[in-house]
Amino acid sequence: MRAARVERVASLKQQELLANTVTHILLIVLGLAALAPFWWMISTSFKTEFEAFQIPPTWLPLEPTLEAYGDLFLDQPFGIFLYNSVKIAVLSVGGQLITSSLAAFAFARLDFPGKNVLFIIVLSTMMVPYAVTVIPLYIVMHRVGWVNTHLPLIVPAMLSSAYGTFLLRQFMFSLPVELEDAARIDGCNSFGIYRRIALPLMKPALATLGVFSFMASWNNFFGPFIFLDRKYLFTVQLGVALVQRQWYTSWPRLMAGSVVVTLPVLLVFLLLQRYFVRGISLTGIKG
Amino acid sequence: MAQSQALTRLVAKTKESNIRWHRYEGYLFIAPLIIGIVAFIFLPIAASLYMSFNTWDMVSPPELVGLKNYARLVSRDRLFWKVLGNTFRYAGWIIVPSVTFPLILAALLDRPIRLRYLYRLAFFLPLVTSVVAVGLMFRWLYDGEFGLINYVLSWVRIDGPNWLSDVFWAMPAVAMVTVWQGLGYNMVLYLAGLQGIPDHLYEAATIDGAGPLSRFFRITIPLLTPTMFFILIMSVIGTFQTFGLIYVMTQGGPINSTNVYIYYLWQMAFGSSKMGYASAMAWILAMVIFTITMIQVRLAKLWVHY
Repeated sequence: MRAARVERVASLKQQELLANTVTHILLIVLGLAALAPFWWMISTSFKTEFEAFQIPPTWLPLEPTLEAYGDLFLDQPFGIFLYNSVKIAVLSVGGQLITSSLAAFAFARLDFPGKNVLFIIVLSTMMVPYAVTVIPLYIVMHRVGWVNTHLPLIVPAMLSSAYGTFLLRQFMFSLPVELEDAARIDGCNSFGIYRRIALPLMKPALATLGVFSFMASWNNFFGPFIFLDRKYLFTVQLGVALVQRQWYTSWPRLMAGSVVVTLPVLLVFLLLQRYFVRGISLTGIKG
Repeated sequence: MAQSQALTRLVAKTKESNIRWHRYEGYLFIAPLIIGIVAFIFLPIAASLYMSFNTWDMVSPPELVGLKNYARLVSRDRLFWKVLGNTFRYAGWIIVPSVTFPLILAALLDRPIRLRYLYRLAFFLPLVTSVVAVGLMFRWLYDGEFGLINYVLSWVRIDGPNWLSDVFWAMPAVAMVTVWQGLGYNMVLYLAGLQGIPDHLYEAATIDGAGPLSRFFRITIPLLTPTMFFILIMSVIGTFQTFGLIYVMTQGGPINSTNVYIYYLWQMAFGSSKMGYASAMAWILAMVIFTITMIQVRLAKLWVHY
């Protein structure tokens, strides 16, 4: 009797061990498949032109060199491209956090006529394809002289984030109202409550939104591509695409460019990873 | 008790006395957002609709032509139909793998195993990388002569095609890049869905003698159908709006075999300055996306368990 039970426990443990091993093997294979392209990108960026075209290809650069990076920065003003990207991203993110948190606070906590209708209208804008708005937007920006400035990439992003408003509003519902009520009794006005209570409590959600909108701005290609055609205004994404259009395709240099555009988002992502995951599950499922 | 009632009354009173003053103060808070949305979304929508009834090259004044743009697109523009077909083909290549692969990943990662954090990280990296970097990376990987993919295929004696210059293979090759990039996002959606499935269902099924496979197919999958549905809709909407990846990887070629909707729209608007024509295209796209979504919502009743 007892022996049978011991045996059964042992076989369960074995089964679990087997299941875990299989899971790990599968995950390692799939994980490597997901990461191999990155490996290839990084490894190529440290190769010489000659080695990049070697058959069979080398997994590790035989003579690692920074030549491709040097050429990249010498050939094109990548310092300026980086500055432009950072400037656009910081201003868009900052503006978006302020506008969205103000609106989210009002939609979650204040009462005013037409609130629900307005919120639905705001949400519905998330379903409008970008293609519908981009042409008139381009024409208007052209008229007011904003084409070939960074404004078309900053101002709309600052002011019209329905996604941010939705995310922050959802988050506000999970916060206790008692603190705000107490503050109101003590004579605090709505803006004071927003500024001193809601905003500090919203920090995790603001971080989530910040990560998302930073990535959206940094990785945006279509916007800068449409609105900018002077080189000194280019973002890094356009800069790398520009290198691609040159008459001669240097793969180490293109891969070096890809590494340069990827590194900043990667850092932001690694530092703020937990906010990133929460953002997807917080809004994604509610859709 | 009495104290808390008094407090509630006080709160109510304070709120009431504020009501007259503050009834409209919410508008101040939402004003920046509403101004932005009106200026940068609603007015452009209206303008776009109006422009779609005009021909306009941005040099000479616009000319009102009614439905002529639409009629020409549908009846005389061969490339329009090709591009629309390409977009559907593109979505067709993407849908099945982007619904199934992330599900497998999520099922594997839902168990408390070691290094879970690291694995999850690996599947996220593609997601945070820009289309420019991803596109270039894969152009190089897909290279016919020196690319890594054909090198790996040569291990098993497969002579891979020159992927991106092959009329047949270019489209699936680009589509797989999209699938690869979406893995992490869809995986998180599935993981969130998996967390919502109560453990007692699995326990009950185990007691009734259900094995791991039948638990997966009879409990996990049916309860994840809402997530699948969401992923399906988002993938379709996403594929219909692809631009950057195509621009970087193939420029619509070879012989327009990867020319997809937005790419063609961009060629019309910013290459040929046919602003009215391109606006009509944008509205047809909006209608197509809307129709597909509605069809999916209808079909969902047949297979999604809420």
